[in-house]
Amino acid sequence: MSEKNIQRGEMVTFTLNGAQVKADQGWSLLEAIRFYGLNIPTLCYDEGLTPYGGCRLCVVEVGSGKRAKLVASCVHPVKEGLDVRTHSNRVLKTRKMILELLIARCPSSKKLQDMAALLELREVRFRPLNDDCILCGLCVRMCEEQMGAKAIGFAGRGGDRYITTPFDMTSEECRKCGACMYICPACELRCQGPNAETTLCSGCINTEPVCTSKFDDAMCFMVPCLSCVKKPEDVK
Amino acid sequence: MKISSIKELNDLRRKIQAKKDPDKSCITVCGGPGCLAKQCLAVRDEFVSTIAAKGLKDKVDIRTTGCHGYCDRGPIALIFPQGLFYQRLTTKDVDEIIEETILNGRTVDRLMYTDTETGKTIENEEEIPFYKKQMQLVLKNNRRIDPHSLEDYIALGGYSALAKVLGGMKPQDVINEIKKSGLRGRGGGGFPTGVKWESTRSAPGEEKYVICNADEGDPGAFMDRSILEGNPHSVLEGMIIGAYAIGSNEGYVYVRNEYPLAVKNITIAIQQARELGILGDNILGSGFGFDVRINRGGGAFVCGESTALMASLEGKPGEPRAKYIHTSEKGLWDKPSNLNNVETWANVPLIINNGSSWFSNIGTESSKGTKVFSLVGKINNTGLVEVPMGITLREIIFDIGGGIPGGRKFKAVQTGGPSGGCIPESLIDLPVDYEKLTEVGSMMGSGGMIVMDEGTCMVDIARYYINFLQEESCGKCVPCREGLFRLGELLTGITQGRGRMEDIPLIEDLSGMMKDASLCGLGTTAPNPVMSTLNYFRDEYIAHIKDGKCQAGVCRELITFSIDSDNCTGCGVCLKNCPSGAITGEKKQVHVLDVNKCTKCGICYDSCRFDAVKKE
Repeated sequence: MSEKNIQRGEMVTFTLNGAQVKADQGWSLLEAIRFYGLNIPTLCYDEGLTPYGGCRLCVVEVGSGKRAKLVASCVHPVKEGLDVRTHSNRVLKTRKMILELLIARCPSSKKLQDMAALLELREVRFRPLNDDCILCGLCVRMCEEQMGAKAIGFAGRGGDRYITTPFDMTSEECRKCGACMYICPACELRCQGPNAETTLCSGCINTEPVCTSKFDDAMCFMVPCLSCVKKPEDVK
Repeated sequence: MKISSIKELNDLRRKIQAKKDPDKSCITVCGGPGCLAKQCLAVRDEFVSTIAAKGLKDKVDIRTTGCHGYCDRGPIALIFPQGLFYQRLTTKDVDEIIEETILNGRTVDRLMYTDTETGKTIENEEEIPFYKKQMQLVLKNNRRIDPHSLEDYIALGGYSALAKVLGGMKPQDVINEIKKSGLRGRGGGGFPTGVKWESTRSAPGEEKYVICNADEGDPGAFMDRSILEGNPHSVLEGMIIGAYAIGSNEGYVYVRNEYPLAVKNITIAIQQARELGILGDNILGSGFGFDVRINRGGGAFVCGESTALMASLEGKPGEPRAKYIHTSEKGLWDKPSNLNNVETWANVPLIINNGSSWFSNIGTESSKGTKVFSLVGKINNTGLVEVPMGITLREIIFDIGGGIPGGRKFKAVQTGGPSGGCIPESLIDLPVDYEKLTEVGSMMGSGGMIVMDEGTCMVDIARYYINFLQEESCGKCVPCREGLFRLGELLTGITQGRGRMEDIPLIEDLSGMMKDASLCGLGTTAPNPVMSTLNYFRDEYIAHIKDGKCQAGVCRELITFSIDSDNCTGCGVCLKNCPSGAITGEKKQVHVLDVNKCTKCGICYDSCRFDAVKKE
């Protein structure tokens, strides 16, 4: 399902972290949010591929009061009058928990480790596994949509899901172009941080705003944060 | 024969009705899944051959029907015109029934239902406590119809709702009628059916689809199955009316391949409807055309989710997608699609025939009509029940269900399938409707109702459901795939004595995140069994973790078996049955159980007649 066939050009107005903004109605929320310069972490999203909505790291909060809910911004279209909060406590908590699950699955991925530092993930409470794949499906879509090969796909269900060639056999469809390896966020680089043997390397510093602990929503996106003034001793 | 107008349909109905003699004896044998398992077909065959042998073929009709509901008493037969209810039949009882009841008009008391309180036998079905408090609308005709006979359906007023709709109602009238009735989706979500139809109707696009969701996969649930097996034409009629209201010319029935009888019966029904001209072009001369195809599901639980089901219909893997654009706008093949559950469709002809106010008078403020539940687990009267919305759980479990067997205590009831919650005894007077069940952390779901007694460990139950869901999750989104895996890991740890107190807040955090961030309904409701048991039975979790004890005696790692020397008579039964040789002892001497060899299978506990094996 693609949103691209909605006619472009019409602009809609919605609220983004308290500010009234306009966006092309063919855009997804994620596209609009990134257009306004806000950083939303994603793992299964790539500009050149159909959005998938699988990793759920791009969740944002929409609506207000009791009806506020989290939506995946990569697949949610912008709509007139939406009230979007990209860095509320609820959002940040959810992102952290998702990342915690993923890091416990693949602790050696540098991409995940960097993201953990960025999202201020302090501990992983699950038993570490040393898998390599987070099943984001980027390689599958890359192979199909950009390479036109359809050489790999998902097999199995739930906990048994994995990515493979048809019938687990060497596939003639595969031209060994390497696009799948190029786009993979997990196996691309190994984390070389100081505590590689534990689940979190904590090698990188945190740059995310800390205002949420004061105001529930993020107030500014200055790095380093100026309005709350992050003291050096806060950053460990 | 093809009929091409409403008048011809009415003529046909009159002809069929005139042919039927209301005083002629008719034996209806229940052919529902419960009775089938109890060899009802052998009983039926015996009836057929006995009737033939006695030369009664012209005097007695015999009919195999769909499920009557009272599975515990199967095989069941009803004898018309008296309406006698005979239960737990074997082939040996057949001769007596024919001889006594059919030929001499006397009842066979030993085959009748005996009231447990008064000790009196009850002749008629309606008088039996199991049926007394029920209000059967959808299931009512199951016992009167041979599902392979279109004539039976038409004789009981079948397709008259369709005639009414095509004979003078505009599509918008139909939608208004359904909206006014307050009918809500019976598959679990509880979305107002009329509103869904309207948005599909008003969605842009020429081609639209209507879909019947018969992919019922909850453990212990067989409501949709029984409707589709017992009265397939009612579902079909609902679909045709829906299609007319929505403006669709093509429909699908997505049915589990594990329901071979349901597949067979709906296939036959569609074939018959096509031959009669009720499906196809220009239905009843109205100019409206509609046809239905059957698609068999491959057994994935997640394919009961609307977008996953549509993906599966398209031939893709059954994975859901985000529903920020509703399926009523972009569903199957990106066309506006309306999906309803079997029971919802079966309600439609009833509403059209009896009027929306008749329907909306039944039930509570927000939930109208009746709901079919499959009442299973630790309950005396296992079976299918159809009750008006707003009835209390107590009435369902104790009045209709007859309470808990073996004089044990009620502990909890799990409603709404694997992703529903467990409702404890303190809430048993809760009226059953969509909102009330959601408020207490469970849900209506498609109508599974699993009763648990004091011998059930709630941590173990939560673990069971989480593991079921983990296997059935499609694995597309992280919260559901990884979250269920970790929940399963934590719960298994607790049941095996490896739990830590920190696990409880972690489980709560994880459940909250899954509820918030999962892609589809499976993931967002999946933490319900854990959340509700943690909410109502937190003590049990703490006992497992802190004291290493499972009060219900279910979690093997946490229980030990021993032999009580005062009670042991040395009979040797446990010794003989123990598969691991853990029990030793001389005959007539007190036996000893070696804890190190014991695999905790519980065979000794079950086989001891002297209450000498203790489980702690």
